[in-house]
Amino acid sequence: MSSSPDLNIDHIAKLARLALTPEEKAKFAQQLGDVLHHIEQLKKVDVSHVEPTAHAAPVFNVWADDVARPGLPVERALQNAPTQREHMVVVPKVVE
Amino acid sequence: MNYEAVIGLEVHVQVKTRSKIFTRVAAGYGHEPNTLTDPVVLALPGTLPVMNKAALDAIIKAGLLLGCDIAPVCKWDRKNYFYPDSPKNYQISQYDQPICLGGAVEIELPGSARNVMGEHKKIPLTRIHLEEDVGKLNHGTSDSLVDYNRAGTPLMEIVSDPAMHTADEAYAYLTSLRATMIYGGISDCDMEKGQLRCDANISIRPVGETKLGVKVELKNLNSISFVRDGIAHEIKRQIAVLERGGIIVQETRDYDGMTGTSQSLRSKEMAHDYRYFPDPDLMPVKVDDAWKQRLAAECPELPFDKQRRFIADYQLPYTLTSVLVWDRALADYFEEAAKLSGKPQAAGNWIVNDLLRELGNVGRGLSPTSSDAVSGVKPDLQTCRIRPAHIAALVKLVDSGAVLTNAAKEIFVEMFATGETPEVIADRKGLKAAPTDSNELEQWCRDSIAANAKALAEFKAGKDSAINAFKGPVMKAAKGKANPKLVDETLRRLLATG
Repeated sequence: MSSSPDLNIDHIAKLARLALTPEEKAKFAQQLGDVLHHIEQLKKVDVSHVEPTAHAAPVFNVWADDVARPGLPVERALQNAPTQREHMVVVPKVVE
Repeated sequence: MNYEAVIGLEVHVQVKTRSKIFTRVAAGYGHEPNTLTDPVVLALPGTLPVMNKAALDAIIKAGLLLGCDIAPVCKWDRKNYFYPDSPKNYQISQYDQPICLGGAVEIELPGSARNVMGEHKKIPLTRIHLEEDVGKLNHGTSDSLVDYNRAGTPLMEIVSDPAMHTADEAYAYLTSLRATMIYGGISDCDMEKGQLRCDANISIRPVGETKLGVKVELKNLNSISFVRDGIAHEIKRQIAVLERGGIIVQETRDYDGMTGTSQSLRSKEMAHDYRYFPDPDLMPVKVDDAWKQRLAAECPELPFDKQRRFIADYQLPYTLTSVLVWDRALADYFEEAAKLSGKPQAAGNWIVNDLLRELGNVGRGLSPTSSDAVSGVKPDLQTCRIRPAHIAALVKLVDSGAVLTNAAKEIFVEMFATGETPEVIADRKGLKAAPTDSNELEQWCRDSIAANAKALAEFKAGKDSAINAFKGPVMKAAKGKANPKLVDETLRRLLATG
């Protein structure tokens, strides 16, 4: 199966922040193309008599009351951070 | 060429809940960094979000207050992007099925003078949806620091139609929207705390053109005044670009309210590709009529409706209402004083002129048409020692003539300091109009009439105001403490019989 013409692997890699080699690009373009092809097949199924749904299970209104409870101590919250300062996570300078 | 600006506002309002939107760790502002997190906020593996019922109640209430249609079913979507403010690499939001659709914000534009009501308009809304707030980035010189306390705070995004045309309209829109949210108890809307944030989409087009021009998004408008200034600045900038033959490029600009300038953040050549898809971890929400009705019953009267009612029912002048109605506690305080005193306008005058002055001039700026609506601190009526019953008692003392206006002003200041009733203060400080021995008063009145034959003749000839000429000598004899109402009554009685 060849990759879909709608598939821009460079764009997808950029959105996913992945640096792919040319070989990987070819491989993933093929695999994602197969997925898209499968979706195209699914689109042929007549679903005109089926209610659209956002979820596989017909369950609604799952919630909890607004009662606050203590969270993690800051040391625990930050223990996986590669770098921290002033009890905050240090990340490369990002300005948007 | 004449240009018309087209403005749409995207307003984010934090919902005031105790816990976060998808987990029960506390939500709040001003805490030590990263002390309001838990495994769900930090998106640790294996965690699942659980909806906060109070956040849903709040947005439905907001929608009802603004006349939106509440969708019978809505769902949750993931908005995917990589940025360190979001630990999950997606934000849970609502994409194509928001909870509120349509609706409008009523606004009032500045009137021709401060005491004249301005034009009212309804600015239509596109939608309101609920999402989670993200963490806060603190940018340093070489790196950025992330605090996740804010992440997961329930956040409403209120999107207007591109239906405003001036900076004044945008300002009036925000002021009204903010008051509505505060009235409904939905949010405190403190812009300094980031509880209300505003982005503006602005384009211009030649007058008469129906197609929209290229839009520029203005960010970081962190006070209501900056929103107005930033928009006015952006409209001028775009007109200047076109007039020197340039073209407007679609971009996001950052407005600096302190310097009154803006700069481009990044070109928006390509729309963001957020790859939205339904969040499989959250179930859709169905809103039935019973739920809506329960919340509708909790919805307060909105400021403009209150203003119309105050003008119609209490015959209050516009200027008083425009101060009273923008603060719900102040409006309630007034109504209580108005009812107890039976003299709404007198009660309103004491509250607007004297009470707010004593509260430290803090009442200024509550009106949507005043220039410093944001800086106005809310009067602290809670701790104020003057209660509505005090105002009513004072109004009655003045109305009966037992206390003269100047003495009443003095009583008011004392009352503010001590919380005593006006009667007690008037007695203690000897501020009551002289209780005057009625024989003594009557004698003064007789003397005064006898001494002024000219006024007597005029009065007999039907000139009612001639009676005032007799009052001066009486007040003088009483050393200014006679009850003017009693003096008037006594004079009339004597004039009628004599």
